[in-house]
Amino acid sequence: MAIDPTRVPRFGHGSRVPGWDDAVDLAKDPEGIPDPATTPVPEELRARIEEYMARYPDRRSAAIPALRVVQERYGWCTPEGIGQAACVMRLTPGYLIAVATFYDMLFTAPVGANDVFVCTNISCSLRGADDLFAAFHEHAGEDPDFNLRAFECLGACDLAPMASINGSYVGPISPDEVPDVIEAVRRGEEPLPDRQLKYRKSVDPNAAA
Amino acid sequence: MTGTLLFKGIDEPDLHTIDVYERNGGYESLRKALAMTPAEVLHELETSALRGRGGAGFAMGKKVSFLPKGQMDKYLVCNADESEPGAFKDRELMQKSPHMLVEGIIIAAYAGSINRAFIFIRGEYALQAERLEAAVEQAKAKGYLGDRILGSDHSLTLWVHRGAGAYICGEETALLDALEGKRGNPRLKPPFPANQGLYQGPTLVNNVETLSTVPTIIRLGGDEYAKVGAIGSTGTKVVSVSGHVQRPGNYEVELGIPAREIIYGLAGGPPEGRDVKFWFPGGSSSPVLKKEDLDLSYDFDTLAKAGSMLGSGSIIVVDDSTAVVDVALKVAKFYRHESCGKCTPCREGTNWTVKMLERIDSGEATPMDLDIMAGVQENIIGNCLCVLGDSMAMPIGSMVAKFREEFEAHIEAARARNELIEAVA
Repeated sequence: MAIDPTRVPRFGHGSRVPGWDDAVDLAKDPEGIPDPATTPVPEELRARIEEYMARYPDRRSAAIPALRVVQERYGWCTPEGIGQAACVMRLTPGYLIAVATFYDMLFTAPVGANDVFVCTNISCSLRGADDLFAAFHEHAGEDPDFNLRAFECLGACDLAPMASINGSYVGPISPDEVPDVIEAVRRGEEPLPDRQLKYRKSVDPNAAA
Repeated sequence: MTGTLLFKGIDEPDLHTIDVYERNGGYESLRKALAMTPAEVLHELETSALRGRGGAGFAMGKKVSFLPKGQMDKYLVCNADESEPGAFKDRELMQKSPHMLVEGIIIAAYAGSINRAFIFIRGEYALQAERLEAAVEQAKAKGYLGDRILGSDHSLTLWVHRGAGAYICGEETALLDALEGKRGNPRLKPPFPANQGLYQGPTLVNNVETLSTVPTIIRLGGDEYAKVGAIGSTGTKVVSVSGHVQRPGNYEVELGIPAREIIYGLAGGPPEGRDVKFWFPGGSSSPVLKKEDLDLSYDFDTLAKAGSMLGSGSIIVVDDSTAVVDVALKVAKFYRHESCGKCTPCREGTNWTVKMLERIDSGEATPMDLDIMAGVQENIIGNCLCVLGDSMAMPIGSMVAKFREEFEAHIEAARARNELIEAVA
């Protein structure tokens, strides 16, 4: 069977063959460890990263916590923030970028302020998670204030279908409730308080909440 | 429910605070353990025959005994990176009773003469990480952690380390790399972590549920604990039941009870009018079992003999309203996303499996593709540094083998649909 080339989608760089979206400048020297004299680091950021570094026998172990600190401060792992963390940790920015790009919860591009991670893995999808994600996508997919993502198993299959909204587990959510949930998040409120995992009293699913 | 050990009194309000935990007999096992020698504590762990609750089912006492003896930098790492689809038992234990885990870690560290411990918790578990961090602080303030614990010679520092979202970090060597501040890539084994693990030092890596069981073993004694459960699978297990059941949730059961009793008795079985089509007995990486296997005894050895595994003890039930191809595609896409890309069979095998399943779904496949796909799975198993690729290959392989007719019918139906669309156009 001949392959119809028009059915193969194009990548961001215009080609139908995968590659890198951003070309690498091979003529440029790699960045070294940032010079403290020319890299201003906010005091609070430095203090928190140094506190993490003191916990481990090897300072590099603080890489993920340091990137989380950067992300909390700047909203995502900005090049400046990574440079500041690298300066405190005495590592190259490239080292931290390599770490940041590996993990799903570290963002190397700007994202919306409200995290909505919808679990679309097996257990949740058996209970309608794909429709739930579609509903979220319809109502908040274009909203720059939302960081909407279909996530792999969040470890809450008993709440299926569920979402982690700004770090807090909520479920089960029905697709009809999505507009209300989004409105609540916009107002800065906790959506569906009766279905927040943190308020659940019993581990027994038969017990009343 | 018989013999609840971990879930006993778990719904006590504020059990996550040290006062309530102590009022319910918390940290008594630690006092008892510290009055014994480390060798005696290790002996209790070995006689309990407790098998690891994270997936591999390796005897916990044996793992501790593999650590080299003597004074050196040894580490204990608690694997709280619970990311297996279908598993949510550790989340419950850490949220409800974080001190039970902390106490278990202190006792296990004492048995292995370990002075530094870390809990590696997945980044998504924010509430649970906060509870653990608070529990560690409270334990420090009470003298259960730090230098010369309760006047003994044993010292231990414990930190909670939050991950940032990667399934592969649940694999013990990838977890160690992540904890060292690297990308979470698995390492070649041997050397095993017991000899060369974190920072190249001997390291004991155990799951949350395994370590949470340790205080109970010390309280009851190893022999007494071994009387609970089945031969070769001692004790109780927190089983996460999810998917097409009426009451999904965590249930603590004695190992060796029939699977039917868990799925129907406790979780209520599939919704009214539907029937079990197949089920994963141990998370999405376990080969699927069919309706006929529901009367199997739920323990490590019986499930292994039936060609599957108990794994992390997470049952996912799929009823007859769902097409097997859809489930296979979900499973394969998950492992494609989570493959770290280090080993070729896993990186390419997961990608091609997804592509072939998509072809089956879109009507571009022939039954011969099923043989090719089965061949791909065979070429992944045992050929990578870790078992992530195997974790896709085993369930996909079992689905193709057990539901081949349905796969073929799915291909036929999709092709007929395409021909109809072409004819209309």
